[in-house]
Amino acid sequence: MKPAPFGYARAATLDDVFSLLAEHGDDAKILAGGQSLMATLNMRLSEPEVLIDINRIDGLAGIEDAGDAIRIGAMTRHVDVEESRLVATHAPLIAAAMDHIAHPAIRNRGTFGGSIAFADPAAELPACAVALQATMHVAGSGGTRDIAAADFFQGLYETALGDGEILTAVSVPKIAAGWKSGFMELARRHGDYAIIGLCAHVAFDGTKFGDGRLVFFNAGDRPVSAPQTAALLNGRSWSDDLSEKLAASLKTELDPPDDLNADGPMRKHLAGVLVKRTLAPLAGA
Amino acid sequence: MDRHVDISLTVNGEKITGHVEARTNLVDFLRYEVGLTGSHVGCEHGVCGACTIRVDGRIVRGCLMAAVQADGADVWTIEGVTETGEIRALQDAFVERNALQCGFCTPGMLLTLAELMERKPDAGRDEIREYISGNFCRCTGYQAIVDAVEIARKKGASA
Repeated sequence: MKPAPFGYARAATLDDVFSLLAEHGDDAKILAGGQSLMATLNMRLSEPEVLIDINRIDGLAGIEDAGDAIRIGAMTRHVDVEESRLVATHAPLIAAAMDHIAHPAIRNRGTFGGSIAFADPAAELPACAVALQATMHVAGSGGTRDIAAADFFQGLYETALGDGEILTAVSVPKIAAGWKSGFMELARRHGDYAIIGLCAHVAFDGTKFGDGRLVFFNAGDRPVSAPQTAALLNGRSWSDDLSEKLAASLKTELDPPDDLNADGPMRKHLAGVLVKRTLAPLAGA
Repeated sequence: MDRHVDISLTVNGEKITGHVEARTNLVDFLRYEVGLTGSHVGCEHGVCGACTIRVDGRIVRGCLMAAVQADGADVWTIEGVTETGEIRALQDAFVERNALQCGFCTPGMLLTLAELMERKPDAGRDEIREYISGNFCRCTGYQAIVDAVEIARKKGASA
């Protein structure tokens, strides 16, 4: 279908964005890469009065080394994250996730920040951000603030962004020595939204696991952490027995939804499969 | 706010100006305003890949980009890359291997594969399939399309 008519405003600066958001409020939508937004407009699931295009604002794109973290600008295209040496070296979880995000033509246009700010519970990057304890950098007319990834996602397509605020960058802590990341998702077709997926980020000393985080996507209304299950890893090495304990724990800790692709019990089962397939190779098993 | 916008861009090497509705997507602009009907419109929500075009050197979904966003951009469509001969080897291989039947997906498929051959010249069959995972073909079953890439690469290497 064709979208309903809308007005178009091209912001040249962040101040332009703030004044446009102040003027139009809920009638406006931010246009970043547009790879989710344009599809919802075409299907008339959303009919904003105004699109505020932030593609031409200088300084919102790019990946830089910020000491103990890498800072990824909100308007960095997926393809540039995919090809980034900094990301491959310091955030292997994100590097592993990238080629599961839709298809090449969409990754050429879609943005890192857009995917995070859209907060689709089935998307890969919000779960990566939570697993890596990333920090969201947010700006509004009143100034800037930082929000921890775990506090940023507040529900289905809902974030902690306030009225008039936009996401400008995300800082991802560099992976520490002795930590490992694993990423896996189950989808009917490569690049489609996952039935369920897992971001694992765990300490492993060569024999035993330590602290760690297991964060699932498309398992609830936002990225879903499983801290009780992750705690079972601490001090243990990989074994079939541990694998079964993790799978059993996930069945009580997760409460995934039903949809056309899979019902809740099926998703719980698949969560156990993902944990096994992700963690066993990390432990060299 | 004005729902119409003036734009100026380069399409297949030629300067084009237009006065478009903000909601007009790039592929509709190319088809209806510029008269380039080689880029097809399938699903209109970014799933099928029939509208694939090249903007500033990278393939994009023509249905998920507003024409106004292409203001100042360098756009190439299947007509342009056919005329320059850039994808001749790939097109010949499609014919040789019967890698199309109805042809609806073919322009998008060719532009996607041209990018693959440039970015990942050593891609294996699995990687080729992954690269075209966002381009639906309901006729061929993809086998012949993957074959065509391998044939085109061999010819390119021996040329």
